[in-house]
Formats: sequence, C-alpha cells, structure tokens
Amino acid sequence: MFSYAFMRYAFLASTFIAITCGVVGVYVVARNFSFLAHTLSEIGFAGAAFAVFAGIQPLWGMLIFTLLGALGVGELSKRTDQKESSISAVSALFIGLGVLFLAISGSNSRYATSILFGSIIGVDRQGVTQLIVLSIVVLAITAAIVHPLNFDSFDHIGAAAHHINSAWIGVVFLLLMAMSVSIGSQVVGSLLVFILLTLPASTAQYLGRTIGSMIIWSVSLALIGVWAGLYLGYLTNLPVTFFISIIEVAIYLGVYLTHLARK
Amino acid sequence: MEDILTVSNLTMHFENKDLFDDLSFSLPEGSMTALLGANGTGKTTMVNILLGMQTPTNGSVKFAKGAKVGYVPQFRNIDEDYPLSIRSFIELNAPFFKRRSKHIRRHINHILKDTNLTKIQNTRMGEASGGQKQRAYLAQALLDHPDIIILDEATASLDPMAKEELMTLIQHLNHKHKMTVFFVTHDIPLAKKYMKNYLLLKNKSVQFGKIEDLQEEAIG
Repeated sequence: MFSYAFMRYAFLASTFIAITCGVVGVYVVARNFSFLAHTLSEIGFAGAAFAVFAGIQPLWGMLIFTLLGALGVGELSKRTDQKESSISAVSALFIGLGVLFLAISGSNSRYATSILFGSIIGVDRQGVTQLIVLSIVVLAITAAIVHPLNFDSFDHIGAAAHHINSAWIGVVFLLLMAMSVSIGSQVVGSLLVFILLTLPASTAQYLGRTIGSMIIWSVSLALIGVWAGLYLGYLTNLPVTFFISIIEVAIYLGVYLTHLARK
Repeated sequence: MEDILTVSNLTMHFENKDLFDDLSFSLPEGSMTALLGANGTGKTTMVNILLGMQTPTNGSVKFAKGAKVGYVPQFRNIDEDYPLSIRSFIELNAPFFKRRSKHIRRHINHILKDTNLTKIQNTRMGEASGGQKQRAYLAQALLDHPDIIILDEATASLDPMAKEELMTLIQHLNHKHKMTVFFVTHDIPLAKKYMKNYLLLKNKSVQFGKIEDLQEEAIG
C-alpha cells in the first residue's frame, strides 16, 4: 500500500489532521461548540466553492471564509440571546453562497463532491506540506495559550474570577477552530469535518478524567479512525470518509452505552 | 492588628439605582467577617468591586501590601457529565506545564488534605456531592496562597451536614493559616456560629460590629 506515493501522502496528511482535530476537539466539546463546528464546516464549503470560482486553491478559500465566518459568528452570538438561531442563519447564508459559487464557476459535480466529502487520495506533495505547516501552527498556538484556554474552557466562572480574558481567549479559539475545520476538510470533506472535531473528543470525555488524558484519547481515536479509514478505503475502493464516520460513530456509541450501563 | 482591607468612601450608583453611598469599613488581618444584607442591597456588587471586576462610582479599595486574595464564586456550571476529576479541576488554577513539578504537586496534595478531598481526588467533579464540589472550589482558590478569602454564598445550596463541614474547614484555615475570611451569606444562624464580626448592608450604608451583638430584625 505504501509503495504508492499518494497513499504515503494521504497517511502523512491525515495523521497531522487527526492530531490537530483531536486536540482542538477536546476544547470544542468542553466549550459546547459542536454546533458551531458544524456551521464552520458549511462556511468552509462556501469558501472552497468560492476558491474554485476565483481560481485559487480550495484550502485558501476555506481558510479565508472560515476565519471571517468564525469572527462573524463569534460577534453575532455575543450580541444576541438567540445564539443557535443566529448560527443557523449564518449557516444557511453560506450554504446558499456555496451553491451559487459552484454554479457560476461552471465546475463539474465531481468537484463539488470532493469538497463536500473529501478527497484525501488526491492530496499531492505540496498539499501535504501545507497541511503539516498549518497543523503545526494550530498546535503551537494552542500550546501557547494552554493555561487560560484550559481554565476558560473547563471552568469559565473560575477563570473569570482569576481575571483571565475570556473574550480574547474566545476569539483566538474560534480562529483555531476555523483553521482546524479547513485542515480537517481535506480528509473527510467539509460536510463531515465536524466528525473529527467532535466525536473523538466526546468519546474522550467518558474515558479521561484529566485534560491530558482526554487529549491523548481524543487524538488516538481520531488517528484510529483516519488510519483504519484509509486502509479500508484502499482495500475496498469505497469512500474513506464513509469508513471514518462509521468507525468514530461506532466507538462513540460503544463507549457511551458502556458508560450508561455502568451508571 | 493591621488591616488587610480598607474600603473608603465607597459609592456605587447605577443609572436607575443608587446602591450605596459613601461606605467605609476595614477588615483586620486574620478576622472572620460575614457580609449580610437583604436581596438587592449590593452584596455581590461589593464583592465584584473588591475583586476589581466592577469599578465603583467613587471611593477606594485597598488591600494590605502584598496581600493575596482568594475568591470562591457563587455559581459554577458543573453538570453531571462534567468530565474532570476533582484534582484536575483544582489544577486548572496551576500553570499547565508546571503542574507536574514537585513543588506544585506537594502544594496540591497539601490542599487536598486540608480540604478533606485526598481520598476522592480522582472522582469526577460531575459525580461529586454538593459539599465535595464546594470544597473543591475552595481548594482551587487556596492554590493562590491567599491571605484573605472571599466566599460568595458558599453554603447556599448545601445540606446541613455539608454546611457544617465546610464552615469547620473555613474555621480551620483561619486558625491554622491566619487566613482572613470574608463570608457573604444569607444564613444568619450559620454566620452567628462561625463568624466573629459582621458587616450589614442596609439603606445604602453599612453597619458593623461583633456578630454576637447582631439583631436578626436589623437585617430586614
């Protein structure tokens, strides 16, 4: 399998993606941002469609849109009590835009499918380098703010009592999330990137009791999903995204049901 | 004895309400004071001003030089699925990359022992009882090595046993570490049992005195 360059690239890229999404996901879940992760992935779809229309790389289109979208959603949800409705509105707007960009760019439906459902097999050497660099940037920023991020995500009130600037941490985290969505979409596609950002971390909440152990569980489960997904995709010629989804869902359900049974 | 906190001429006016006018009081080092007052008299606002989280219209708040302030907030959003263990929750207040250092670990172990949480340190916060959670909140604040600790309605949601346990612990901290205690509460009998002085917010001003001289009718 590894004799093919495209498979080596696919494994390398998805390893970094799984680590990034696994780490960031722990905070997505702790901050109750799962729904927002979903919205950002739809914004990412519009960004990729815009990139196709503008003739730039989809990854850059996604980054621009998700970064702006994250700031917009953050600002909007600060000003309204109707957080979920406002996020839904943003989400609807961007899906609409995505459909429009795809239509006017005259690209074929295969392109749309690869944005929505991922095309890891199609990642080339340059693509791998970009993904690795972006992953390292996300992880480095996370490490730099880890103390206030932990405190604010797991004990918002305690953090405020310690004069931690929640608003600032919130904005930086939204940007990290936007970058993770853009990176993660390259493997599983924008429609399903929230899987990598939420499911391994949700499962990890039942398995770990410290932030460190939750991160280890979350990253491991994300890695198992993408590696097994790629391998099964290679064997069967069925979509990698399909395997990643069912593996993560199966692990989540298994752990959740065990947790319920023990209670 | 020196004062650890001096509040002078404190005034707090909101657009549609004058909360208090020209309040002055001080807390001696090592004292145990209850902050009392009916709802809406500004107890929480007072705490916020002391902590620098709200700016008063006028007046000043001065802590003794070098005094460290610990604070246990009234509400926390810890639901039953909250994943962190009691120890990890307390450690949120320690620098992430240093919490494995010998010095900090020893300090945390010591605090766990003081707050009677050693045995259950690996229990999830979500599964802990009300009293255990409240002791964990206190333990997290103790990590700051406070000289004065401000507790905002710390016993409000606890059953009688857990209340007594927490108050005994606070009394112990005061005796053993000479920690000044500032205890915001509605619970007059509890304040009478464990505190030594009181501050009563009423009619935009403050009354103070020995807790045994407090007339319950005075609170209104």
